[in-house]
Amino acid sequence: MPKIIVDVMPKPEILDPQGKAIGAALARLGIEGFREVRQGKRFEFKVHGEITDEVLAKVRHAAETLLSNPVIEDVVSVKQKECGGNCGCGHAKSAEAPNGQKDLLA
Amino acid sequence: MTARIGVVTFPGSLDDRDALRAVRLAGAEPVSLFHADTDLGDVDAVVLPGGFSYGDYLRAGAIARFAPIMDSIVDAANGGMPVLGICNGFQVLTEVHLLPGSMIKNEHRHFICRDQTLRVENAQTAWTSEYRQGEEIVVPLKNQDGQYVADEHTLDELEGDGRVAFRYVGWNPNGSRRDIAGITNARGNVVGLMPHPEHAVEPGFGPDSVESGRMGTDGLAFFTSAIKGLLAKA
Repeated sequence: MPKIIVDVMPKPEILDPQGKAIGAALARLGIEGFREVRQGKRFEFKVHGEITDEVLAKVRHAAETLLSNPVIEDVVSVKQKECGGNCGCGHAKSAEAPNGQKDLLA
Repeated sequence: MTARIGVVTFPGSLDDRDALRAVRLAGAEPVSLFHADTDLGDVDAVVLPGGFSYGDYLRAGAIARFAPIMDSIVDAANGGMPVLGICNGFQVLTEVHLLPGSMIKNEHRHFICRDQTLRVENAQTAWTSEYRQGEEIVVPLKNQDGQYVADEHTLDELEGDGRVAFRYVGWNPNGSRRDIAGITNARGNVVGLMPHPEHAVEPGFGPDSVESGRMGTDGLAFFTSAIKGLLAKA
């Protein structure tokens, strides 16, 4: 089943307390050498049938109205993820996106 | 005439009962409103209470902002009706763009619960007219996502227009920009703040005062301010 994936991140100028907590926990585990860790959100939309321009427009609208708050967050990408052709939905792996992802934000 | 002040219950609201009680103790008629309602009945003012509406999923206030009742509240607020957002209610007011900025997790990453001193920076709003300009009050504060943020331009504008309604005194409990605890819209009818005035309205159940324990009632004037304004207009 094809999916659309939306990534939302805290704006660069906003301090990310969750990322800071994760960074501190990593250091305690001895996983070191990172300047900063920031935590974002990933949303997956499973689609009935084909991913059309209309469907994408709806997801972009959702990303900008409900999924993110422009005061503190950026929608960094809206991507289509193909099923890889092995889920039985009839979709072949996308030829132009060998990694299974196409950036559809632009 | 008795002023009628509505308090909205969302799924996950915690302080709606306390807010209704504060309205009653202040001398108005409390009216329960429900998130799924589409009109405000005949209320004269609205309080959005504290809590964790819709579990605070996604972002605090982000889902409540689209509750059916919110369209009526936005219309009423734009028409001049007094609207107070407390804690989660403040977060809802920012998400629905009645107030600028937003709240993120506390800088120190802990949930905090304490009696907090605030300075009233604007005693001319619908919810602060019974305070003196610069008066210091003590009300409870309890939150995890209480750090007020906005861009520098917005902060400068808020300061310049006298729209910072309350500032933390003594200690900034969450890293809020410029110690801001609460703000108002340009008209002064919409006010939002993170601390909880509705928990400081009855002797014996409020913050500790100098005289004796739990006697603080500094939050009551939020509600008497609104009532006085409504009765003056009637």
